[in-house]
Order: sequence, then structure tokens, then C-alpha cells
Amino acid sequence: MEIERRYELLINGKECKVESSWLGESLMYVLRERLGLWGTKNACEQGECGSCSVLIDGMLACSCLELAATAVGVDITTVEGLGAPDNMTDIQQSFIDEGAVQCGFCTPGLVVAVHDLLLSNPAPSGQEIKEALAGNLCRCTGYGRIEAAVVKVVQQRHE
Amino acid sequence: MPIRMKVFLPTSLEDALGILRASPGAHVLAGGTDFMVEMNYGHRRPERILSLRFVDELRAWSREGATLVLGAGVRFADILSSEIATLSPALAQAARTVGSPQIRNTGTIGGNIATASPAGDTLPVLWALEAMVNIRSEKGERRIAIRDLVTGVKRNELAKDELITSISIPVADGPQEFLKVGRRNAMVIAAASLAFACNRSERRIACALGAVGPTIIRCTDAERFVGERVDWERLMVPSERDRVKFGELCSEATLAVDDHRSTARYRRHAISVMAYRAVARMS
Ligand SMILES: Cc1cc2nc3c(=O)[nH]c(=O)nc-3n(C[C@H](O)[C@H](O)[C@H](O)COP(=O)(O)OP(=O)(O)OC[C@H]3O[C@@H](n4cnc5c(N)ncnc54)[C@H](O)[C@@H]3O)c2cc1C
Ligand code: FES
Ligand code: FES
Repeated sequence: MEIERRYELLINGKECKVESSWLGESLMYVLRERLGLWGTKNACEQGECGSCSVLIDGMLACSCLELAATAVGVDITTVEGLGAPDNMTDIQQSFIDEGAVQCGFCTPGLVVAVHDLLLSNPAPSGQEIKEALAGNLCRCTGYGRIEAAVVKVVQQRHE
Repeated sequence: MPIRMKVFLPTSLEDALGILRASPGAHVLAGGTDFMVEMNYGHRRPERILSLRFVDELRAWSREGATLVLGAGVRFADILSSEIATLSPALAQAARTVGSPQIRNTGTIGGNIATASPAGDTLPVLWALEAMVNIRSEKGERRIAIRDLVTGVKRNELAKDELITSISIPVADGPQEFLKVGRRNAMVIAAASLAFACNRSERRIACALGAVGPTIIRCTDAERFVGERVDWERLMVPSERDRVKFGELCSEATLAVDDHRSTARYRRHAISVMAYRAVARMS
């Protein structure tokens, strides 16, 4: 396959046409600037902060490090594909309940990362939670409340 | 920025090599964890990009007797979640220290080699194991020792129409260690790293250092010294003095400099401590 102009991405189960002006755009940029999916945040564009985390082919990845035009035909899930304001996931609700959201900039990336963690490890230890979220930076909460939010989801799911 | 760009998404190695011959200026994109940072910051401006995403052959790995053959597209996470981790423990330890889950899910061993950073975490391991890199172009195939492929800081001697297809390393034949220090545990590029491999059948120790010179450094004097002092039956170095001396000799092998990540002095100290720990953990 060769791509010169237009391409389609499969995002949250929907085919999305992308008419980029430039093929060098990252998936993060395309999600936000071309497709209006602003849940995915941009804070570094170098893989350091995790605010742009999405699932690509079921794997947690930084969308800023993904060349959008090469992600054709691959399942992409963004935070919008996990929950909506009127239909939040238990992870999102727990973040709110535990005060794990302050400015909220890191939250979408963390929600995706926690979703991914709990799929592969439904009962993570504190250490496992820390390691799984090591690629997501938060400048506000000091992480304690984020970990507490994850612990609470795990407890609720096992009740 | 070139406005007219083309992205190639071949599904076989044959096609990928054909594209590289026809457009030798095409930039090869694997996981993108080095490549895309350069793109995002305008340091790389390709007109043609060849993505290896759908070249499944490069994702495969196999064991051929005492040799492990890892496709260039094997990701750090694949190393950790498969039998590769037991067949090559030091490589798995190195893979586990890379970046974050996001980076480990995406970054590949082929990309780590091609980037040729002195702080690339798999490199000291590949150096200590004397890995052979298998390279192909449409013209043919060649094999080259890792130390000959990497020619300097972020330099390799690949031709424009060549791809790394796989890496051959010996299956572990004794205890191995990979140690790394940086400013924090996660998401850190090494300030200093060390790979240690014990070869029981040849009664040899190999040790290589990362991030303390322009390329990876083999500690030949230290290896010889400690190799002669191993009790091969008990698989340990009995004398505490010899273990300390091994650390000192490794530290003397460094070509460390001061930079934004650390100082030469700290790096030399860190190497002596890590070398001591590696040999102390043998048994
Ligand atoms: C946030 C972050 C943290 C990181 N942490 C670490 C770390 O802790 N340790 C570490 O070692 N690295 C780290 N890296 C660097 C990077 O993840 C690794 O070097 C990784 O192995 C690169 O692989 P890739 O598949 O992403 O390569 P790409 O970025 O796709 O490519 C890198 C280079 O290799 C070339 N290339 C790739 N595959 C081939 C091939 N088969 N044949 C020929 N050329 C090829 C490309 O043309 C390009 O020049 C980090 C990067 C980021 C963004
Ligand atoms: S914006 Fe992608 S990791 Fe920071
Ligand atoms: S809540 Fe502000 S960065 Fe995490």
C-alpha cells in the first residue's frame, strides 16, 4: 500500500477520513486537529508524558509517536471510545470520587492507561500500578490519589 | 517541510527491499519512538517513508539450537512477555528498563540498534553476547558483528538500501545481568549501564558498558581478570577482593564524559558499583 494524500483510520470502531495537508502528522495531531477528538492531549510530543495515550491494536501507545498515515486498517481506541460524559466508565467515576483529577490534563491518558492495565491485570498490586502508570506524568496530584482511584476500581470490580 | 510526501506500507520483506532499491532515500520507520520525536521537532524531513508496521516476517523470533534469532521488529514488550526472557535474561532485564509501557509496546530491537545511541539499553547486552546483525538489501544478505555495525555516537554503517532483518545471539549459558542507573527508575535514559554474561562451557565472562563512551565498551582486562578467578563448579567469585577489583577494572575501561545526564566521575563510580554487584549476584 502507498499513501500520498487521503487515508482512513479506524477510530473507536468508526471509519474516519483524513484529508491531511501533510503526511508527516502524528496520530495525536490528526486526532485533535483533523478529527476533533480533543480527549487525547498534547503536552510533549516526545513520548515522555503519556497524555496522548491511546490503544493501537489493543496496545497502549503514545499517539504522538505514531505516524497517522501508517495506522491505517488498525484498531485505534481513544478515551472517547471508552466512556462519555453521560456514560462514564467506573475508572473515570473513581478518578472523580477519589479526587484524582485536578487540572485534568493528564486524566484522559491515565484513564486509557488504567483501562489497559486492568484488562491484562485485573488485580494489580500497588507496585504494579506504579509501574504500569510510569509513562503518565501528572503535575498536580502527586499520584497518591491516582493510585487510590485505581485501587478503588479494583475493589469495586471484585465486590 | 516537504509538502509532497509518500508513505509506503509494504506487507512483505521482499516488497520493502524493492521499495528501498527504487527509492533509496526513503526513511525507514519501525516503532517510531526515535523517528517520530525527530519528526515532531522538525529534525527529520523525509519525502518518502517506508513503514515496517505490516512486515510480519520482521516480528518473528526463533531458537536455532544454541542461537536465538530475533526479528528486527521484535518489540521490548515482546521480549518481556515471551520465552525470550528466559533464553536471554540480560536482554529481558534491559528491555524492562526501557522507557514506559507505552514505549516498550512500540519500540523495537532493530530500531534500538539502528539508532546506535551509546545509551541504547539493548546494546551493552548485544555487545557482551557478541551478537551478529543480519542485514538485507535487494542485492543480497550479509552478517556483521554488532561492534562493527555501530561506528560512533548515533552512527551505523548501514547502506541506504539496507534493512536490519534480525539479530542472532547465543542462548544464555550461565548467569547474566543488566544494570542501569539514571535519575529515576522509569522513563530514563541511562547515565551508565552494564551487561554481564557468564559463559559456562567456555569458562568465560563477558562485560560491556553503556553510556560511558562514544559507543559501547568491552572490558577485556576486567573480563580476563575475573574469568581466571571464577570457581566454575560453584559458579561464583569467592574472593571479595577480586569482586571489588573487577569493579575497579571495569571503571578504568570507561571513556566517560560530563554531559547533561551525569558527570564522568559519577559514571566511573556507578560502573564500579554495578560491576561489583553483577559479579556478586552470579551465584
Ligand atoms: C519517552 C522515550 C523513552 C525512551 N527510553 C529509552 C530507554 O530507556 N532506553 C533506550 O534504549 N531507548 C529509549 N528510547 C529510545 C527508543 O525507544 C529506542 O531506541 C527504540 O529501540 C527505537 O526503536 P523504534 O522501533 O521505535 O525505532 P524508530 O524510531 O522507528 O527508528 C529509529 C531508527 O532506526 C532505523 N530503523 C528502525 N528499524 C530498522 C531496520 N529494521 N533496519 C534499518 N533501520 C531501521 C530508523 O530508520 C530510524 O533511523 C526512548 C524513547 C522515548 C520516546
Ligand atoms: S504528548 Fe505524547 S507522550 Fe507527551
Ligand atoms: S491533574 Fe493536572 S496534570 Fe494531572
